[in-house]
Amino acid sequence: MDTKKTPLFEEHRKLNAKFGPFGGWDMPISYSGIIQEHNWTRNSACVFDICHMGEFIISGPKTAEALNKIVTMNVKKMPLESCKYGFMLNEAGGVIDDLIVYKIEADKFMMVVNAATTDKDFANLKEHLPQDVILKNVSGEIAKIDLQGPLSGEIIKDVLSVDVSPLDYYTFSSYNFLGQENIISRTGYTGELGFEIYVEADKAVELWSKLLKDERVKPAGLGARDTLRLEMSYPLYGHELNDETSPLEAGLKIFVDLEKDFIAKDILLKKQREGLKKRLVCFKVNSRRAPRNGYKILKNNNEIGLVTSGSFSPSLGYGIGMGFVSSEYKEAGTMITLTDSKAQLEAEIIKRPFYKNGSLRHPITRK
Amino acid sequence: MNIEKGLFYTKDHDWIKIDGNQATIGISDYAQHALGDITFVELPGIGKEIKQQETLSTIESVKAASDIYAPLSGKVIKVNEALNETPELINTSTYNEGWIAVVELDKPSEKENLMDATRYEEYLKTLE
Repeated sequence: MDTKKTPLFEEHRKLNAKFGPFGGWDMPISYSGIIQEHNWTRNSACVFDICHMGEFIISGPKTAEALNKIVTMNVKKMPLESCKYGFMLNEAGGVIDDLIVYKIEADKFMMVVNAATTDKDFANLKEHLPQDVILKNVSGEIAKIDLQGPLSGEIIKDVLSVDVSPLDYYTFSSYNFLGQENIISRTGYTGELGFEIYVEADKAVELWSKLLKDERVKPAGLGARDTLRLEMSYPLYGHELNDETSPLEAGLKIFVDLEKDFIAKDILLKKQREGLKKRLVCFKVNSRRAPRNGYKILKNNNEIGLVTSGSFSPSLGYGIGMGFVSSEYKEAGTMITLTDSKAQLEAEIIKRPFYKNGSLRHPITRK
Repeated sequence: MNIEKGLFYTKDHDWIKIDGNQATIGISDYAQHALGDITFVELPGIGKEIKQQETLSTIESVKAASDIYAPLSGKVIKVNEALNETPELINTSTYNEGWIAVVELDKPSEKENLMDATRYEEYLKTLE
């Protein structure tokens, strides 16, 4: 299968990006270097091409009620112009995808989903939504560009002449710029103050170039996006989340509203009643070495779990990771060993997140 | 890509500086660029006897861990301890402060298999 290219592909080539495959797409992994891009996001602001992710528009009479049966968050209770993170589950309680729902009107929503799962998500919605609800896959028509970093709010004001300072964390609004109405949400995947900007695909290059003209902004690739999210212990679909694991084992119960009905709610209640067999934990290594996806987790030479994500932490200067362990070993302070055929690392389970100095909830103020 | 004259190279993108029967070993600019930011270097023990093509060191970047194979056989007599605290020297000073180890050669004739800078440059062109 050919890998897909975003509308910004040529821009990345001009910037001498290193490319790599991700979810069926040929994506920029880094430009100047992952650590530099990571640090620039923590200290100033970086722009990320996130056009590979999928967007659906779901609308029509009683959409909120219908959608509420498919996703784990309560979309009926969401205020207008707010966003909410949650999941679509399969009949066994496994995660089909993690996603964000945007409430545009009482019965009109945008759903933002992962790139590799877009088709699977669309099929699942199609199967479960009633006939009179209109489901549209607009992924090809919408470009998503993220601006993340403590200076992102003032940069948007200066570059796009849009004042996003009234936006609270996980809210959005429509703004007029580039000659059209576009959604900007105060959301992200880095732990910093940040925004996700949705424009028509043919405006992607113009927006990207405008943002990059500002000297406070540098481009960042999926490499830095991964280290930034991992420092915040945010899950990545295919690693911490998959079709066989429920949000409860992944420690994401707060994104599941057990007061309402949805697919596999009974399974989750049963799991809760009977006790969870495994739990997602965060751990830090006692050196600069990084654990990697697939490393075994050992306690007293017994295998108790598997690493799902790991990296060197640029902000903290040591190896960090996440993985699933048998529930009895989940407590912070537990010492564990992480191994593959060549490496053996000593690590300690700690409370999430790894990085605690992010600006994501800071007020948007000008210096 | 920067290719330093006067050094030897392997197809695995090591560089080797031969000085009598001693060889200083590092990784080439092509290799450090491909790996990206180096975050950890596992240095061999001093005194370790190593054969050509055996694992000399493991280098970790943000994205992955890579084994570095010994380009020549011999005994490790010096390692670059500075890499313990500042492994990024491999990125910033590839052919100087980014050296990994010095090996006392068992079989100096093995160096005939190495490429000089001109041949390495030609080899890199075949990879494009």
